[in-house]
Amino acid sequence: MIEYVDEYRDEEICMDLSGKIRAVSRRRFNIMEVCGGHTMSIRKNGIQKLIGENINLMSGPGCPVCVTSINDIDRIIALARVKGNVICTFGDLFYVPGTDSSLADEKARGGDIRMVYSAHDVLDFAGEEPEKKFIFVSIGFETTAPTSAASVIEAGKRETDNFYLLPLNKTMPAALREMVRRKDSNIDALICPGHVSTITGTGIYRPIVEDFKVSCCISGFEPVDLLSTIYLLADLHEKEEVSLINNYKRAVREDGNGKALHILYEVFEPSDTVWRGIGNIPGSGLGIRDKYARFDAVKMFDIDVPVSVEDPDCICGEILTGVKKPSDCALFGTACTPVNPRGACMVSSEGTCSAWYKYGE
Amino acid sequence: MCWSVPGKILDIDNNTARVEVSGVIKKVALDLISEPSVGEYVLVHAGYAIQKIDREKARFTIDFFRGKFSHD
Repeated sequence: MIEYVDEYRDEEICMDLSGKIRAVSRRRFNIMEVCGGHTMSIRKNGIQKLIGENINLMSGPGCPVCVTSINDIDRIIALARVKGNVICTFGDLFYVPGTDSSLADEKARGGDIRMVYSAHDVLDFAGEEPEKKFIFVSIGFETTAPTSAASVIEAGKRETDNFYLLPLNKTMPAALREMVRRKDSNIDALICPGHVSTITGTGIYRPIVEDFKVSCCISGFEPVDLLSTIYLLADLHEKEEVSLINNYKRAVREDGNGKALHILYEVFEPSDTVWRGIGNIPGSGLGIRDKYARFDAVKMFDIDVPVSVEDPDCICGEILTGVKKPSDCALFGTACTPVNPRGACMVSSEGTCSAWYKYGE
Repeated sequence: MCWSVPGKILDIDNNTARVEVSGVIKKVALDLISEPSVGEYVLVHAGYAIQKIDREKARFTIDFFRGKFSHD
């Protein structure tokens, strides 16, 4: 028995919830699950099939690998081509195609590219191999950004002079606002990311509820979590009510994790950033504050990034915004597969295309 | 990528803990949480503990769904 996991996979509760959802959802409506982890769990557990046809689940822009712009991928590749540089990254970024290469291609050509589990690992490498320059590609939302920030602070304490961070983190509030503002997205309710909320707290969703009248429910990742979240949202929809619900109280406090937020904003400050499929969203990125500029790969490496060109046949951008589904893409499952991905959504284990390919519609 | 897994703190050495996650023991940095103690459950993400799990609220949630949806 794995505590805090197995009880949230209870088949009896799941089947009861399935029946309740079908009974309560008498009109069609659209729920967007924002987080890539939710997308994966929904597909893996066959949630869409359990909730009936009136509720349409749409995937959102919550896979950090998928929303990293192609220009940023090309920037990482350019950094990887500088002799003496070591690129350290979470595994999913490894196979994402840039304009004419990927990190996997660069490694095959002799580049020093390393997959890491944690930013902390990179600090250890930097200590062990002082002759090399270690660049950690920092992607991820509010969940991951504090871990990167903590590694920068630790690098300062250790007086490490060969550790750099490429800040590509993104934050949720402005992106969510952009998603619900778009008329073509037709979002009636949001399943909000549980682990982002662990850090931020619940307040970031209040403007979505109040300004756009879209219900938000913060959810955990197990089947009972997701089905109960969908039930709560369906019940609100049927009653024509709008509300913010925290359905992941075992991990999400109203005011989030104050210590992690303090560390996050000690190192980072809001910046503009480009999201694949959405474009520039002001204030939705995280740049490194001047105080820590010596660890900032953007400032410390003068790199020419070639003009980036998106694959014209890939519709990742529209999939990330819920406008299209993987089955709408001519490449899906034929020219684009997990073994030979054409777009980021097929690369990442949390990408919508990857989840559809692996677990079916 | 925002995946986190619950694990139990086995012991603490300075700012690092050994945490048991689904039967596997991992080294986890404690920079991001306040006053961790042995025996507590934490969510582990990218090598860091990012939050303590609220035992009472976890119990309440599962009891709530059992009561509300399994037996009515």
